[in-house]
Amino acid sequence: MQTSSSPHLHSAAPVSSVMLRVIYALIPGVIAYIGVFGWGVAVNVVFASIVALASEAVTLAVRGRPIKPFLFDGSALVTAFLLALSLPPFAPWWITLIGTAFAIVVAKQLYGGLGFNPFNPAMAGYVVLLISFPREMTQWLAPETVSGHALSFVEAARVIFNGALPPGLTLDAVSAATPLDTLKTRLHLGETVETARRASPVFGSLGGLGWEWINGLFLLGGLWMIYKKIITWHIPLALLGGLFVMSLVFHLYNSGAYVAPVFHLFSGAAMLGAFFIATDPVSACTTPRGKLYYGAGVGILTYIIRTWGGYPDGIAFSVLLMNMAVPLIDHYTQPRVFGHKD
Amino acid sequence: MSGKLRRFPGGLHLDGHKTESTQCAVQRARLPRRLILPLHQHIGAEAKSVVMAGERVLKGQMIARAEGYVSAPVHAPSSGTVVEIGDRPVPHPSGLSAPCIVIETDGTEQWCERHPVQDYITQDPSHLRNLIREAGIVGLGGAGFPSFIKLNPLGKTVDTLILNAAECEPYITCDDMLMRERAAEIIHGIQIMRHALHAAHCIIGIEDNKPEARAALVRALQELHIDGIQVTQVPTRYPAGGEKQLIHVLTGKEVPSNGLPVHIGIVCHNVATAAAIYRAVQHGEPLISRYVTVTGSGVPEPRNLEVLFGTPMAELLEQCGADPASVERLVMGGPMMGFGVHMPGVPVVKTTNCLLADRHLPAAPAAMPCIRCGACAEACPANLLPQQLYWHAHAGEFDKAQNYNLFDCIECGCCAAVCPSHIPLVQYYRYAKGEIWTREREKQKADVARERHEFRLARLAQDKAEREARHAQKKAELAGKTAPHETTSH
Repeated sequence: MQTSSSPHLHSAAPVSSVMLRVIYALIPGVIAYIGVFGWGVAVNVVFASIVALASEAVTLAVRGRPIKPFLFDGSALVTAFLLALSLPPFAPWWITLIGTAFAIVVAKQLYGGLGFNPFNPAMAGYVVLLISFPREMTQWLAPETVSGHALSFVEAARVIFNGALPPGLTLDAVSAATPLDTLKTRLHLGETVETARRASPVFGSLGGLGWEWINGLFLLGGLWMIYKKIITWHIPLALLGGLFVMSLVFHLYNSGAYVAPVFHLFSGAAMLGAFFIATDPVSACTTPRGKLYYGAGVGILTYIIRTWGGYPDGIAFSVLLMNMAVPLIDHYTQPRVFGHKD
Repeated sequence: MSGKLRRFPGGLHLDGHKTESTQCAVQRARLPRRLILPLHQHIGAEAKSVVMAGERVLKGQMIARAEGYVSAPVHAPSSGTVVEIGDRPVPHPSGLSAPCIVIETDGTEQWCERHPVQDYITQDPSHLRNLIREAGIVGLGGAGFPSFIKLNPLGKTVDTLILNAAECEPYITCDDMLMRERAAEIIHGIQIMRHALHAAHCIIGIEDNKPEARAALVRALQELHIDGIQVTQVPTRYPAGGEKQLIHVLTGKEVPSNGLPVHIGIVCHNVATAAAIYRAVQHGEPLISRYVTVTGSGVPEPRNLEVLFGTPMAELLEQCGADPASVERLVMGGPMMGFGVHMPGVPVVKTTNCLLADRHLPAAPAAMPCIRCGACAEACPANLLPQQLYWHAHAGEFDKAQNYNLFDCIECGCCAAVCPSHIPLVQYYRYAKGEIWTREREKQKADVARERHEFRLARLAQDKAEREARHAQKKAELAGKTAPHETTSH
């Protein structure tokens, strides 16, 4: 007879279905992303997924680990999605290849694979790319409504894999700096927030044009994950709260030099970072109080990097920096155990 | 004492599966041909047999006496002949055999002489405790700690006596049925407990999924005109029936870590224990039977049976329409904290509250690495960080596991039940606890050996010093004697 040890009841969904639900939650935001920036986003996601699964399979084989359970646990797919969604929509194919392979092989598998990576793999891959290939990584597209050009899936794939734009189209015609980048440059040139936002077509009423939709739908997907108990509210709330409070304080101090909080919340990778990237359980804090410190740290650092740093967005660096602080935070934020005095 | 209920941290809402086994009245289990009575059915020292093979015993006769303070005697559940005293398979997670007394029943159910105490109120509490001890009564909620010890206030003031009627584990309904059918016996037993403890207040804590049982208790209290016992419903959330959790929910007090409820003026007993105490005091009947829930996917007619201790589990399964041979897993206790027995032939003991028999079990999912999702920490009723405990237990860093308060773990199983990686977390904690106990024992032994060794070295050194001193003295004496002699001789 079977004599496995208690408990004999298991009510939990397995890791693979947790990961799959994360991907479901990403889909509304991905659709908005494609709607705003075209099919290049989808090409990147598909290609990154293939690279991620292939890298995962090869490294597992080399490490002599069982391939099937780990290849299909869904974690590599989530990494591929998060990285691909952070890349410029027309990033050349080798950018995606290098970034994804680094994320899976070095940042994840060399540390021991699922559950053992101290750094968020997608963000590690992203930062390697950003530092190594700054030109390719900052060449963003203008929203299709601004450029007036919509490329088909095949045309987008051709741009990514051959570097060939459709005849009659130049890169200048379709590309534009991101709203965060544009704002930073213009502020640097001595403009005020008001004049900068009026002068460039990349701004919308809340954040960057189109980015509002992307962030709004990632927010929606994130709230669904909280409702489904895939993530807890702590990290997203603290992250967005940190970003909000920092930007509010500086905005109130000088609204000409510091943009309004809502712009920060609905631009760049704010919502993707808050709900999907910083909440990666493996590399984030695990204690409830620690999650609050961790999230707030990411939010505050993001604001600092966006405002005074050398890069337009700061989610990736902030997440990696806070990843380093996780053991320390977890150690000092242990909950009071039942029956122990404060 | 009445007031707002508190909420303990963590916990799980589990499917109850309780209605299956509460559809029909409790029946007596059939008298088996042989009763197998382990000498160790409780927490504490093993009882010592006082009968010989071949001896005729009567129902209720003591066949093994308590050995030491924390121990409990064993009584013959039916009349018959002792046919064997020796090692038999017993219900234990190890699957090992242990000393048992085997009685061949004669079917006459002839009782031994009983000594009922009608007016317990005039009795000295210590006399009642002795009676309860001699009746072999242990906690019937599942742990099996000798009850008389928990009826001794040890000079402390007991403010509140709590009766645990939560029965929070899925599938188990033996306390539920006992309350429905024998509420008055429970109330009488509680009165005896209150008398023994001089408890000012008394609360029966019952989960709100047992309205019939609650109604029966309230009705019994009215009919018996008894005041001062409050029946309080607590929300159904596992493990609301954990002693520390129930105390917290009802009183808002936390039992200190490493402490006992009596340290905060509370004593907690199970309702079935109360009924057993009533039978022991007012009828002179020792503890020889109990209600057992027989349920699970492998049981066609799930129900509760009143079972004599020593009855092989297989016979209960048969009485409930199950074929013991087709059962793939037989758990004694509930699905959260029970353990799988190795064969259906092992006997029912004092701590057997439920038999959960399953067939066609799905294959257990393979364990994946911990992804630190923290679901376990959210579910933990002790507010521990199970993922850290697992991490350190897995790495063999037992001192670090202890720093994360490993010994506050009550092994309720919530963490493992919600783990998306299906890691057998509780098993790791048991392993770590076991290792720590072993090391502490070894350390103690080593300390004793070291002390002995040091003492021996010191003794040898002292002997040597004394010998040398004697030697030197002798030499000096000799020199003193011979020197004058020499001078005189020359």
